[in-house]
Amino acid sequence: MSTKRTVNVALGTSGLDEQGRPRRAPLTMNEGGTVTTLEPPPALEDALELEGEHMLINIGPQHPATHGVLRLVLELDGETVVRCIPHIGYLHCGFEKIGEYRQYNQVIPWTDREDYLNSIGNNVAFALGAERLFGIEITPRCTVLRVIAMELSRIISHLVWLGTTCIDIGAFTPFLWAFEQRERVYELLERWVGARLTTSATRVGGMAADIPAGWMDQLQHFIKTFPKTVDEIDRVLTTNGIWVGRTVGLGVMSADEAVNYGLSGPMVRASGVAFDVRRDFPYLDYETYDFEIPVGTNGDVYDRFLVRMEELRQSTRILAQAATRLPDGPVNSDDHRVVLPPKSKAMSDMESMIHHFKQVMEGPRPPLGESYVAVESPKGEKGYYMVSDGTAKPVRWRIRPPSFVNLSAIGKMVEGHLLSDVIAINASIDIVMGEIDR
Amino acid sequence: MSGTPIVVIPGSAAPDAPAPATPRHLPNRGGPANPSADALKAKFAGAVQRVEVIWGETSVYVERLKLGEMVQWLHDDPSQRYDYLSDVTAVEYRDPEQPIEVVWHLRSLPYRRFLRLKVDLPLDGKTPLEVPSVWGVYKGADWMERECYDMFGIRFAGHPDLRRILMWEQYHEGFPLRKDFPLRGRFSRAEQLRQALAANPEARYSMEELTVAQAFEDLPEAMRKRLLGGERTGE
Repeated sequence: MSTKRTVNVALGTSGLDEQGRPRRAPLTMNEGGTVTTLEPPPALEDALELEGEHMLINIGPQHPATHGVLRLVLELDGETVVRCIPHIGYLHCGFEKIGEYRQYNQVIPWTDREDYLNSIGNNVAFALGAERLFGIEITPRCTVLRVIAMELSRIISHLVWLGTTCIDIGAFTPFLWAFEQRERVYELLERWVGARLTTSATRVGGMAADIPAGWMDQLQHFIKTFPKTVDEIDRVLTTNGIWVGRTVGLGVMSADEAVNYGLSGPMVRASGVAFDVRRDFPYLDYETYDFEIPVGTNGDVYDRFLVRMEELRQSTRILAQAATRLPDGPVNSDDHRVVLPPKSKAMSDMESMIHHFKQVMEGPRPPLGESYVAVESPKGEKGYYMVSDGTAKPVRWRIRPPSFVNLSAIGKMVEGHLLSDVIAINASIDIVMGEIDR
Repeated sequence: MSGTPIVVIPGSAAPDAPAPATPRHLPNRGGPANPSADALKAKFAGAVQRVEVIWGETSVYVERLKLGEMVQWLHDDPSQRYDYLSDVTAVEYRDPEQPIEVVWHLRSLPYRRFLRLKVDLPLDGKTPLEVPSVWGVYKGADWMERECYDMFGIRFAGHPDLRRILMWEQYHEGFPLRKDFPLRGRFSRAEQLRQALAANPEARYSMEELTVAQAFEDLPEAMRKRLLGGERTGE
């Protein structure tokens, strides 16, 4: 199950061998002061030959290391996982059903609440899908603002992932550093849209608000100071003996398997497949930004950590480019079939008044059709599939949840690993149950 | 550091794949179709019902029973290489005359193509709500097909473990995303509460899990009796 890999450990402990795997620690001290170590554990083949009863163990749904209400039923042979049966659905709220009873702009607050670590990114993704369905184009300023929103939300999500995974594996300090920086991003969002977590920042055809005066200076300050924290966390974790020992060789997915299982985002890139929706199926002019796609080599938990660390740096790069190219001009589209006309025009111009009336009374109505727009969310390929039958409410609103598909491979990933490694592997998937259960 | 990930720059896809760009000014209908649609027509002449290009996305409507074969070909053929399954879902229209559509979103990562396959399932009571499973081609279809079954009641023939995934196993109100399912559920709040209180709180494991781990014998005798008597357990 483990792959051969050598990591140069800087802050190593004596408990690691050359491969970075933990040695058996001395457990008991004899009367004479000598130390007795345990016998090395038998190899897996021998262990399977032992006639032992398998045990059933239940993790969750109320368990802090399952990152929400995930429930894993594990069949154990000793301490080794033979089989893992995940149960989900404890947080099922029927978002897709509710969306069929709401107008397009009214669905946007629901998108906040599925993947709540990426709420502003979901808002942007939904607006992009709805705009394709309405057939309208957004303004250049709006495009750049949305890129800033998406990358800020990627930083938030990766920082939360980093912090909580550190806690799961036993490191506390990087958690505090990560959450301190996350707080700074939330301050930026709060100044922009007035909310921290449930942003509802976009509208079909534009944004809820333009950025306030002085906001770009705050963003520039963040871009300048944030990489220092990434470097600090990098220094503490990447060559840390305990971290390496608890992550290397776990939950390995080969490149072919990762693609076949439908993994996306850092999960598939850690396996060496350079699939990034931003580059392969671009949106928001991502093809004009200069950024790189980190890929791993082994597809284990350690590689997923490295990929996400590098993505934090690349996101900062994209933010810096977006900040310099932000053009002046209107934020909202001037297509008043979808975007409300300004109040002064609605009171003085007949056509604007009709648009205003139609929008408020009936809601904007897209033509017959359907659209599937996918974006690269921090977890992977996030797709919104919308079908319109010509009325003001979608006939179907489907969320393609990346963590749902990523989690479906957990049975394959934990098989043959130790019970304690299940926590690390589960953490490495970066799940948000709000998105999985919807 | 030896562990630093390799950083790749754009250009690792197949050499004849066009450079991707953000799509703009897409027409509602028409426009260039995905070349795979024509390839499918040429290969499976009778099985392709029609091809539509909506907002630049190509939808191919295919014969229900031919779907498995076509997906397998799209996955394996070196000129197609649809190696990634994005999504499996279904659409039911408000008009009951219109058929339910089962939708597959496929991606070809080497050629950077996106293709939508659709199968019409008329609600005439004669056509079974059943389509072939693509689990044999894409392992990622496992949970997506289970969710589609859970929400719409569409069966995927050949799926190894087709049971409910978001709703619980004993849920018998129907399929929530069907249009004949009311937004607030079929039962009144009082009835839903009554059912929740009547559920068996001891039943934590499914029978399948209990037999796998030989843990059945460890259960209290009263519970074993009830389970042997045919009582369904919770998840």
